[in-house]
Amino acid sequence: MAEDIYLDHAATTPLRREVQETLDEILSTTFGNASSIHSFGQDAKRLLEESREVIASCIGANPDEIIFTSGGTESDNLAIRGTALAQKDKGNHIITTTVEHHAVLNCCKALESEGFEVTYVPVNNECLVDPTRIAGAIRPETILVTTMFANNETGAIQPVAEIGELAGKEGVVFHTDAVQAAGKLPVNVEDLQVDLLSLSGHKIYGPKGVGALYVRRGTPLHPLFCGGHHEGAVRPGTENVPGIAAFAKAMEIVIEELPESGTRLRLLKEKLASGLIEIISGVRRNGSKDTDKSLPNILNMSIEGVDGESLLLNLDLMGIAVSTGSACTSGATDPSHVLLAMALPPQLAQSSLRFSFGRDNTEAHVERLLELLPDIVARLRRVSAVRLKDRPGSVQT
Amino acid sequence: MRERSEGRNLNNMVAVAMSGGVDSSVSAALLHNQGYRVVGIGLQLVDETEANGSARNCCGIGEMEDARRVAEKLGIPFYVLNFKDVFRKHVIDYFTASYLKGETPNPCVPCNGVVKFDTLLKAAMGFGAGLLATGHYAGVEFDVVNNRYVLKKGADGSKDQSYFLYSLSQEQLARAIFPMSDIQKVETRAIARGLRLKVHDKPESQDICFVGTEGYASYISRHAGVLFEPGPILDDAGVVLGTHQGLYRYTIGQRRGLNLSSPKPVYVIDIDPVHNSVTVAPGDRTRRQQRVLLGRMNYVSISKPREPLEVEAVTRYRKPHVPATLAPVDEDSSFALFHYPQEPTAPGQSVVLYHGDTVLCGGIVRRNNIA
Repeated sequence: MAEDIYLDHAATTPLRREVQETLDEILSTTFGNASSIHSFGQDAKRLLEESREVIASCIGANPDEIIFTSGGTESDNLAIRGTALAQKDKGNHIITTTVEHHAVLNCCKALESEGFEVTYVPVNNECLVDPTRIAGAIRPETILVTTMFANNETGAIQPVAEIGELAGKEGVVFHTDAVQAAGKLPVNVEDLQVDLLSLSGHKIYGPKGVGALYVRRGTPLHPLFCGGHHEGAVRPGTENVPGIAAFAKAMEIVIEELPESGTRLRLLKEKLASGLIEIISGVRRNGSKDTDKSLPNILNMSIEGVDGESLLLNLDLMGIAVSTGSACTSGATDPSHVLLAMALPPQLAQSSLRFSFGRDNTEAHVERLLELLPDIVARLRRVSAVRLKDRPGSVQT
Repeated sequence: MRERSEGRNLNNMVAVAMSGGVDSSVSAALLHNQGYRVVGIGLQLVDETEANGSARNCCGIGEMEDARRVAEKLGIPFYVLNFKDVFRKHVIDYFTASYLKGETPNPCVPCNGVVKFDTLLKAAMGFGAGLLATGHYAGVEFDVVNNRYVLKKGADGSKDQSYFLYSLSQEQLARAIFPMSDIQKVETRAIARGLRLKVHDKPESQDICFVGTEGYASYISRHAGVLFEPGPILDDAGVVLGTHQGLYRYTIGQRRGLNLSSPKPVYVIDIDPVHNSVTVAPGDRTRRQQRVLLGRMNYVSISKPREPLEVEAVTRYRKPHVPATLAPVDEDSSFALFHYPQEPTAPGQSVVLYHGDTVLCGGIVRRNNIA
């Protein structure tokens, strides 16, 4: 039996050995509450602050600008709702894009129902947003611009630094979701000119349930929870010290491995992309292939005449894990809002697959995919032409 | 870790449509025990927000989780497929359009014929499964003499669901497996208990799975975006007896809920969408039907007979067989001539013709069926 192949690192990543060791060690040695005064608490507090320093140094921030959260979704919600509530006397307008993660989009939608106005700036057919369109949408009452650093479905890298500069000139708070970008691209809050930046542990071989929000000093932020004075009173709740320390360890390692790890992943990705285009007809890449416009590890392809979901099932039955877009609660998929926003015809959006590479993937994995996919695609195209009934429908006329 | 295929020798792979109910759960279990390579498929048929919390709702997400747990228990792969579009088009829209025309549709017929045995079967073929199993109490056999697949009733007469499957084609029957064919419902529950499936005591599902507690009328007006239009309720002489609350609240033969103060019980004998009227008559004056004209005929187990054929007709699900003669008119339509006059059939309903425990064919009652 062939080994299972995991090609869905944009969804989540396996825990790294060193990270697991850190986690295990702290879970068994340090149980104190970081807010306690005694030595048990002090041990935990020390680990917490060391972790904060590590994360801060990884993104060019000051330690007091790092707020630990439960993950990317909470970080996005805290950034968006937190700044919106803190600035509601100043204005009620938020600018974002049509291709954000649902953590951002649905947070914006919720705020719309609470009296805020949101402008959704469209993207081009490579999933890229034009910074001047963001700037053009800024109004006197605009209080926040939020655009992702890299897209989770297509890997498109947004011109965040340019947007940050334009937002900064207008004095508008700027947030970016760097959950997918972290570990694949250098992330520096000064270069990007961001005020808020979301990070997640489990996308970088760290544990699930832990993440961080970078908050530039002086950025207005209202807490989402009521509670104690943890995390600068912005994020109450006893800190998950083992998770946070493991997250910091994971972050430290992925940053150390750059840029070589990115180069390696991009080779795998391009081998798969060019291989698929060569051996299967009707294949197109969704998103840019320029190295500065797409993440090294995410490849999104549409294969004409086949359903992405069917491809996914076929591959899973053979032990190969890919994705058709962002994972959804019930397990059933709708056409991706990201691909539709790139003006991809719905049929091609339904025919898409996302391959996202990680540190365990090898050239042999790509070769196995290239060996299996042509047969699967041929079968699916054959089956879609089969007529099982004389009459296709049943609706009476 | 569950069993996985190598991408070869997928011949004995079978997809099982798993609703989370006891019948489809046991079907999956039986096939798994027989050595088939079983893949469980849950069908997402309506939006999560649309699926109301009714426990007897086969499209609900809660049910999907039941199905997933059964699959985990059996150690088989399980996937949820998104069939919302095909379900909306071929089942929900058909259902509402039919009611708005004053008919009484059987949405389960296109759900089986189009959603399950066309769209789902193709998806199954797409991952290499040549067969699709469902938990229906029905059977399929191959008739060597006529070189045809034959649709049979389920052995448990009280549960038989062959009525809802008459629209299948030979190509579809050839790929169908009904593991419940020889099993009594009580046995099914016992098997489920024996396998320690938690679904063993789940209640029976309703026939219209997507209409929850709100009821047909509210569902239809909400879904079709139409408000009910009141109109007259007439007697069979044309005298106005009262006001109805929208045609789609009524069906042929209905007695309850008419809100008429007539001395004798009266029954709906006609629903006229052109004049927006409902006609009623007392039981002794309901026009008994000698014959009914069926459209969209499907000859599932036989080829279309060239001459009239003696059959037994089922004019509504769970009604007894009545003797009739089938007289095809053209490719699409056929008369069923009842040997004894019958209560009026509702336009939109399916009439299914049997020979013993074999489903021969079926069709949908046309509106001007008494012509």
